Amino acid sequence: MNIDKPKTRIVEIEPVTRVEGHGKVTIHLDDDNNVAEARLHIVEFRGFERFIRGRLLWEAPVIVQRLCGICPVSHHIAAAKAMDVIVGADVLPPTAEKMRRLMHYGQVMQSNVLHFFHLSSPDLLFGFDAPRGKRNIFNVIKEFPDLAKQGVLMRKYGQEVILHTAGKKIHGTGAIPGGINKNLSLQERDLLLQDIEQMKVWAKGAVDVAKRYTLEHLSQVEQFANFNSSHLSLVREDGALDLYHGGLRATDAAGNIIFDHVNYQDFNDYIMEEVRPWSYMKFPFIKSRGALDGWYRVGPLSRLNNVAFIDTPMANAEHKEFRALTHNKPNHMSLAYHWARMIEVLHCVEKIHELLLDPDLQGADLRVTGERREEGVGVIEAPRGSLFHHYKVDKNDQITYCNLIVSTTHNNNGMNRAVTDVAKKYLSGKKRITEGMLNHVEVAVRAYDPCLSCATHALGQMPLTVELFDADGTLVHSNSQHMGQGIPPD
Amino acid sequence: MSTEFEFTVDGETVVAKPGQTIMDACDDAGVYIPRLCDVEGLVPQGSCRVCTVKVNGRTAAACTQPAEPGVVVENDTPQVQGYRRDLVRMLFHEGNHLCPICEASGRCELQAMAYRLGISQDSLYPYLQPVRPVDASHPDIALDTNRCILCGRCIRASRDVDGKNIFEYVGRGIHKRIGVNAENLAASDASIDDYAMSLEVCPVGCIIRKREGFFAPIGQRQFDNKPIGWEIEARHKNRIAVHQIDPSEEQS
Repeated sequence: MNIDKPKTRIVEIEPVTRVEGHGKVTIHLDDDNNVAEARLHIVEFRGFERFIRGRLLWEAPVIVQRLCGICPVSHHIAAAKAMDVIVGADVLPPTAEKMRRLMHYGQVMQSNVLHFFHLSSPDLLFGFDAPRGKRNIFNVIKEFPDLAKQGVLMRKYGQEVILHTAGKKIHGTGAIPGGINKNLSLQERDLLLQDIEQMKVWAKGAVDVAKRYTLEHLSQVEQFANFNSSHLSLVREDGALDLYHGGLRATDAAGNIIFDHVNYQDFNDYIMEEVRPWSYMKFPFIKSRGALDGWYRVGPLSRLNNVAFIDTPMANAEHKEFRALTHNKPNHMSLAYHWARMIEVLHCVEKIHELLLDPDLQGADLRVTGERREEGVGVIEAPRGSLFHHYKVDKNDQITYCNLIVSTTHNNNGMNRAVTDVAKKYLSGKKRITEGMLNHVEVAVRAYDPCLSCATHALGQMPLTVELFDADGTLVHSNSQHMGQGIPPD
Repeated sequence: MSTEFEFTVDGETVVAKPGQTIMDACDDAGVYIPRLCDVEGLVPQGSCRVCTVKVNGRTAAACTQPAEPGVVVENDTPQVQGYRRDLVRMLFHEGNHLCPICEASGRCELQAMAYRLGISQDSLYPYLQPVRPVDASHPDIALDTNRCILCGRCIRASRDVDGKNIFEYVGRGIHKRIGVNAENLAASDASIDDYAMSLEVCPVGCIIRKREGFFAPIGQRQFDNKPIGWEIEARHKNRIAVHQIDPSEEQS
């Protein structure tokens, strides 16, 4: 029996570059070169959730942070928070909580700066379809040396904060179940205070760069992967931005509350995960809305959409301006992530300053324990969004169950939607597909600052790919390091 | 037989008392001979061979070899250090020594010895990657034999100091393991207060004192700032600087 299958071509971008981790994008084109479908595939696999079983509970914060070298602190603290619940440490001593917060703000600062300055700035400064030879970090250093220097030094400062709270810049041991293993000496405090004012100036400057970009290119930003979605984040009890702790808030596309101040120990009652055959990354959704409509976004954009205010003055002023752009309604523009991300950097710098002046950091009461439990959930607002760690531990202190839902997994549907939107807009009907056009797709993925190794808890080489297949399934083009098959360079 | 006598170590004269081993005499003189299975307070057994020296041209374990008048001992020579490096490397290959996630990191004698000997990279040989279950049955102690180097310090501590005989070697050759004298640690009469369970006895992260992991911050752990053996070298009459092999000198 002959079945006339519609003819499609598939464009594959592999690897997608300037993101953390390895993934690829496939774009299916029909006979008229219109985009039928686009998908972001995450094809790494790591298995942390399996091999941590049998390990001892206090090892979890140190083991799981090895998922990543970019934001290990987020995993370190999320695991420690889950283990706090298990060891019965319901209220940490002030020194412990503040040291962890300091570590976390240093982490969000350095990771967000890394993404904006090192990974995304070439797109924003030179244009999405600028020649590849120009659109890279080396050219940023050449043409905008001051900005590049600020990016490097701000990241360094964030790493220094981590060094003095976790013991090492990457993969330290500061957070332990029930507390922290060190306080901040006066010498360390004074060292960090030396550059804090400079950091504030530069952080404000970075907000201005991102804001200016958004406002000056507003028509493009509004057209580029701008789609309705729900948003999920932690919020403080009073509705303020809190990257370390709070209740879960989900809002719909119009900004209406779906659920609010949910104790994240009960997150399984509100969020489920779906598996799809073409990706190692799961698809979480809000249970009450179902798998089809329940998807949501997380991260800086979602956080700034969800919170009522920011409790530091400079970032709060910027937040107001950010919200004013969409008349206090949710901002759904993927490219607005950059602006939101820089507002959070400013918030982190202000928070770091506030904490450094707090004498609690020199306290000696470092940890606490209480009634032992068998299960615990730790949630933190990581640089890329909400990060969930869920563990079960037996009476021998051995881990029997682990489930990690990382920020990039929450954003899985959002990123797929962004890829489809941009592919349809920039690739549909085009006879000749250029590398610059394909970079638009990568820019959409990059806006989410995905950490793909985290998201699949994966092993192997890093970068991401875009591939183009014809109707017979033959690879027409792959935008990988082996660029050039089928499509002429710019 | 009560008079002191002399021998030389790498050309330096060392004074020994009758009955001392080469290692005893060298320790007193502030000359460090690397070791893993030997620890102060327990009977030496010469099993790890990391203290291998050359005595009049023949290899011997310094922890069990009696000092004798006039012998010529080679300790800190490229050849002897090379033997030690190979021995320590084999220990890493035999077990699962994942320093990045091990709570003994920073106070682990195996790790510190590797740093001291300049082991900075993998060798060409495969890792055996054994799969050994963790015995976490005891309320206060866990046993992760993936990290065991069969030094036998726990055996001697439990037998000679605690008088309990909780640990013993089981199996032979490559199958040799540390065993417990009961179905598991919980069923034995092991106690967290036993000398065998103290941090001084297990040189690695095999015997784990529960709920104490990672209490010591990075920077304040035993070997974070000073290499293994520094306290012995501090006794030397000339207080020579601690010799740590530069990894670039390593001959792999």
